[in-house]
Amino acid sequence: MPNQHLIEARGVTKVYQTKDGAVESLKPLDFSIREGEFISVVGPSGCGKSTLLKMVAGLLPVTAGTLELAGKPISGPQRDVGIVFQSSVLLAWRTVLDNILLQAEIRRMPKAEALAKARQLMSMAGLAGFEGKYPWQLSGGMQQRASICRALLHNPSVLLMDEPFGALDAMTRETMNLELQRIWSESKKTVLLITHSIPEAIFLSDRVMVMSERPGSIAAIYDIDLLRPRTLDMMGSPAFAVFAKKVRAHFYSQGTLDH
Amino acid sequence: MLRRLLLLPALRPFLLIILLLVLWDLAIRIFKIPAYLIPRPEQVVQQLFAEWPRLLTESWKTTQATLGGFALTILIGIPLAMVIAYSKLVESYVYPLLVFSQSIPKVAIAPLFVVWFGFGIFPKIISAFLLGFFPVVVSTVMGFKSVEPDMIDLARSMGASRLQTFFKFSLPQALPAIFSGLKVSITLAVVGAVVGEFVGSNSGIGYVLQVANGNFDLPLMFAALVVLSTIGVLLFVAIDLIERLMIPWHASQRQVF
Ligand SMILES: Nc1ncnc2c1ncn2[C@@H]1O[C@H](COP(=O)(O)OP(=O)(O)OP(=O)(O)O)[C@@H](O)[C@H]1O
Ligand SMILES: [Mg+2]
Repeated sequence: MPNQHLIEARGVTKVYQTKDGAVESLKPLDFSIREGEFISVVGPSGCGKSTLLKMVAGLLPVTAGTLELAGKPISGPQRDVGIVFQSSVLLAWRTVLDNILLQAEIRRMPKAEALAKARQLMSMAGLAGFEGKYPWQLSGGMQQRASICRALLHNPSVLLMDEPFGALDAMTRETMNLELQRIWSESKKTVLLITHSIPEAIFLSDRVMVMSERPGSIAAIYDIDLLRPRTLDMMGSPAFAVFAKKVRAHFYSQGTLDH
Repeated sequence: MLRRLLLLPALRPFLLIILLLVLWDLAIRIFKIPAYLIPRPEQVVQQLFAEWPRLLTESWKTTQATLGGFALTILIGIPLAMVIAYSKLVESYVYPLLVFSQSIPKVAIAPLFVVWFGFGIFPKIISAFLLGFFPVVVSTVMGFKSVEPDMIDLARSMGASRLQTFFKFSLPQALPAIFSGLKVSITLAVVGAVVGEFVGSNSGIGYVLQVANGNFDLPLMFAALVVLSTIGVLLFVAIDLIERLMIPWHASQRQVF
């Protein structure tokens, strides 16, 4: 049932309690994500995108409202979810391969299978040959790619990514976008992607969610009905440009632009 | 060739020592400082050789007390620091008291240990422990508290148990800070042991120092100081080596040429 709602948010808000009082991070949000859908979130810095992702991941409690995954309230970390954090959070004392395999270790996955999968993911991410290197011996972009491999190792059906390609150069970024599209279309994962790149959001997504400035709320959601599979050439097409213009208009009207 | 040798990093401290010795000797000659104020380097070296067997046995006793205190530091300080780092409640009760206890001069209360524990090795161990354990607690608390929240989120997202989170994520992350505390602590533990020997003991380098002081035997006093510093340096180097073995990945250990 690909059209069933997998993630459902009703009136979800987040208020951080800090020493200097309450910080309202998210105004009530209502949205739903279908199973197998690719949805991107764009919005100005500090509008609460990471906050939203962490709540969906079950790492942060919602302040009010209900947030459900497959019909059940999200009350803690979910097993079938892979997360790419905004910072790559690789463990400095483990090699790149061991960092990726950490996922298997903690989840007690079969060793040989995990190793084969890790190697396959690494070569997909262009990290072959770096298995024995330590994170600090890698560039920022390579570290981020390693953390993507780690998030995919247990083949989760939901993938949450917080600006995974932020540290990549334009060319590698496009390659990774194509790879992500391929992984998504092959495995039919549900993907929530946070990005600062409007073209990236449009290129990859079924829907793009635009958020307003802090405290964040949903400014608009656009259905991107471009044909799939999408090619890099399509980025130059008029239809693509129309979407880009619509999304971009939100930021100019707010007087801010992230990138 | 000689230049190459002189530039060897490991030799540099020794070169500096030689330079200081020469300056020391020169200063005594130029300013005509009498021997009862500061002995000449060669007198110290002579005394070092003459009293070597005694110095060796006494320094072993001081080392034992130091290591005893240091072991207590590890056994008590690190678990205590972990509890403080993880529990706000314990922190609010214990930490202020700890800081307060730290500002009590140990030299002033060391005689009490003799009253309580007699003249054996025990008061020395306690004294070494008391001097050495605070830096370990402070840096261990810091180490555990500075584990990135994202790291903990990562552990949680994988479904790691508390034990797994501790051993696979937090502890390795805290190790560099713990080691920096241990390195400060070991040198302080030597001082602590000597303080213990000062106030109530008939053995150890601290005792030798006191006897030499009483006899105005300045060369022996200086020789004892040399031995004492050597103990400190060797213990420090030992900790440093263990650190290199245990956290070769840490930024401070990376060898990039
Ligand atoms: N742990 C926290 N405690 C208090 N306030 C927080 C915390 N985390 C985030 N905030 C606040 O919530 C708001 C949203 O933060 P969030 O990290 O979700 O933004 P973001 O949209 O991901 O920004 P960016 O694009 O820069 O990553 C920010 O204003 C921030 O100050
Ligand atoms: Mg963010």
